[in-house]
Amino acid sequence: MRNVTRRPLMIAAGAMAGTWFTGGAKAQQKEILIGSQCDRTGPTQLVGTVFCPAVQDYVNLINAKGGIGGYQIRINELDNNYQVPPAIEEYERHKQEGIVSTLIWGTPQAEALNPRLERDHIPGTSPGFGSAAAANGIKYPYLFPLAATYWSQAAAAIKFAKDKLGDSLKGKKIAYLYYDNPAGLEPLPILKELQDIEGFDLRVFAVPPPGVEMSAQVLDISQRYRPDFVLAHLFGRSPSVMLKAMKQSGYPLSKVLGFVWASSEADILAAGGWPVAQGYYTMQFVGVGDDYPVIKEIKAMYQKEGKPPPKEMATSVYYNRGIQDAAVHIEAVRNALTLTGGKPPTGADVKKGFEMIKDFTLGGLLPPLQVTAADHEGGGWVQIFQVKGDKMVKATEWFQGYRELVLRKVNSTS
Amino acid sequence: MFYRESGVFKTSYAADMALLPLPSTRWAVAALLLLFVAVVPLVSDEYALSILSLILIAVVGAIGLNILVGYTDQVSIGHGAFMSVGAYTAANLIVRMHAPFWIAVPAGGLMAALIGVVVGIPSLRIKGLYLAISTLAAQLIIEWVINHVSWVSGGTQASIQVPPPSVFGVVLQRPWQIYLFLLAFVVLAIVGTQNLIRGRIGRAFIAVRDRDVAAEIIGIDIFRYKLLAFAISSFYAGVTGVLYSYYLGIANYEQFQLDVSINFLAMVIIGGLGSTLGPIFGAIFVTLLPIVTRRVLESAGGLFFAASDLSAVIPSLRLVIFGGLIIFFLVVEPEGLNRLWRNIRNYFRTWPFSY
Repeated sequence: MRNVTRRPLMIAAGAMAGTWFTGGAKAQQKEILIGSQCDRTGPTQLVGTVFCPAVQDYVNLINAKGGIGGYQIRINELDNNYQVPPAIEEYERHKQEGIVSTLIWGTPQAEALNPRLERDHIPGTSPGFGSAAAANGIKYPYLFPLAATYWSQAAAAIKFAKDKLGDSLKGKKIAYLYYDNPAGLEPLPILKELQDIEGFDLRVFAVPPPGVEMSAQVLDISQRYRPDFVLAHLFGRSPSVMLKAMKQSGYPLSKVLGFVWASSEADILAAGGWPVAQGYYTMQFVGVGDDYPVIKEIKAMYQKEGKPPPKEMATSVYYNRGIQDAAVHIEAVRNALTLTGGKPPTGADVKKGFEMIKDFTLGGLLPPLQVTAADHEGGGWVQIFQVKGDKMVKATEWFQGYRELVLRKVNSTS
Repeated sequence: MFYRESGVFKTSYAADMALLPLPSTRWAVAALLLLFVAVVPLVSDEYALSILSLILIAVVGAIGLNILVGYTDQVSIGHGAFMSVGAYTAANLIVRMHAPFWIAVPAGGLMAALIGVVVGIPSLRIKGLYLAISTLAAQLIIEWVINHVSWVSGGTQASIQVPPPSVFGVVLQRPWQIYLFLLAFVVLAIVGTQNLIRGRIGRAFIAVRDRDVAAEIIGIDIFRYKLLAFAISSFYAGVTGVLYSYYLGIANYEQFQLDVSINFLAMVIIGGLGSTLGPIFGAIFVTLLPIVTRRVLESAGGLFFAASDLSAVIPSLRLVIFGGLIIFFLVVEPEGLNRLWRNIRNYFRTWPFSY
């Protein structure tokens, strides 16, 4: 009697285990695995909760269209909580699962993973964070920023200010308002060199972490220094605090340019909504808004499933950056497949695939990247958007600032 | 059952004072050592070794913090910063002077000990929460210095790349080599603490912990021993920082921020204050629990959530479960995992013939 009742249970358990195993075996067939590290719960969750779903959406879109060269793409997302030990553990797990490339999340994580990427020949991307020196593909062979580093951003910001203030910066006053951490300090050497070249007056204003109080600095800028242009390199909650404080002090936001992590719709909403931020310039390394073919395709994909478009699209700055990060990986895999002639690519193949990315713009969403074995930044392109009404409007096309100077700096830094 | 004191007769002072007086403990320790030195590196893959290595690093730091918090009852939430002091000292020595590991590791520890003594000075006047806040100040000051003094932090973005250590001319690059390297330091840390605690210094620490006024009256120099506790504990923290940067290949200040200090404090409290085994349990618990929770959620979560939502749900749910389990274990046994282990052991001591 006992045996009889037990048997169905055992069969069920066996069947479950069986499906798991076959599921695992299927994964071996025509699938390419990409690792993704995310932060949906840690200090950068404002970005992560929008960025990570976008990555998934793009991969689903590619798979719905039949994958790449007959392969389905699988992204295995693990949450590193913006901490280093989990990032190491997750990378090792991804490696064991057989990833060909990985999306990194976080500056210290990128720094800590870099020696491992090199050892294991697995390329990783760090768009918009990590050290600017990683643009040097000779010294950082397996790390790909693939977006304007803080050096490129600083150079582009000065070029934009120059164009705006009438083609000469001689005698003009520029304020640099920055979050006081290594990332905030990083653009300083570039700004100082440009100060010598262009002859403007530069004054720096540090905001100590956590950056939620800066009325003193903003008053100093708006009442005492009265600069012609302000560059704001801020993170987290601090951009919204800056917008509010600037508004209160009466300094026109049309003379303020926020760097890439001070430039999302979420910052503007946190500052009190669109009316507060009118005229504010934001720097972007990926296009803003939903007027791009790939975004429309994702909306159509959701529609076909009978679902409304994802709510994350409302924060298009971070959503589109998630699309960019996923897209460059898949483009690299596509390039790698042409190299291997359709055989499953290795990490080293995908690295070469990254270095073949050229004029891959997804209909204007991405800049005209030119990745080479030496330049893993792809040119350091940015675009400036301005807040007008209740959206961000394109103020410039894709451009680079003082490229030779930035490249010289990249190549001379160890 | 197997673990029994009866029938062990000590006939000499040396036998009485031995670190492991019972033959059964000696066998157990020898077996454990054999397991971790010989068996584990052979049977583990790289993924398992990476988790083990992270645990080993955490163990050194937690044992060190326990000397301060558990044995001397002084609170420190600046241990993350002491680790960064060790890490940057060693990284600078390694990169600028090509120091070998047997100089870099103690040097990092000593520098952290020096800073730790300075930070520990307020402990002579203040206790408990007040001391916690003054060590918090140390955390912030050290972070600021690393951030702004490029002579200390070098490189770009305040990070210095550290080449792997080499032992007897062999560069330790394979995961199992690094694992054994770390394991050696863990053994040193455990043996060192055990000997420290049962000696004169350890007894003085415990006297200070139990009641510092009484300790002073029986002739213990509080000034000296409180600072010594800070020095030794920070030394361990510094060594942890060096090991950490060896393991990662980089020294970066963002790896040693306030949350790291809190994490280590959590390890010591969950594991059990005032024991050597406690912080080891705590380090294993805090490092391993999130990983295990995620694995469980990945295989069982599909029963409760749609597959497409799973990647969004798991990270949040993991934090909830992690927090819940910490509360659960502390409610079950407020004195930590070590006490839980001792209760189990005591139960089996007379099993199956309890009185």
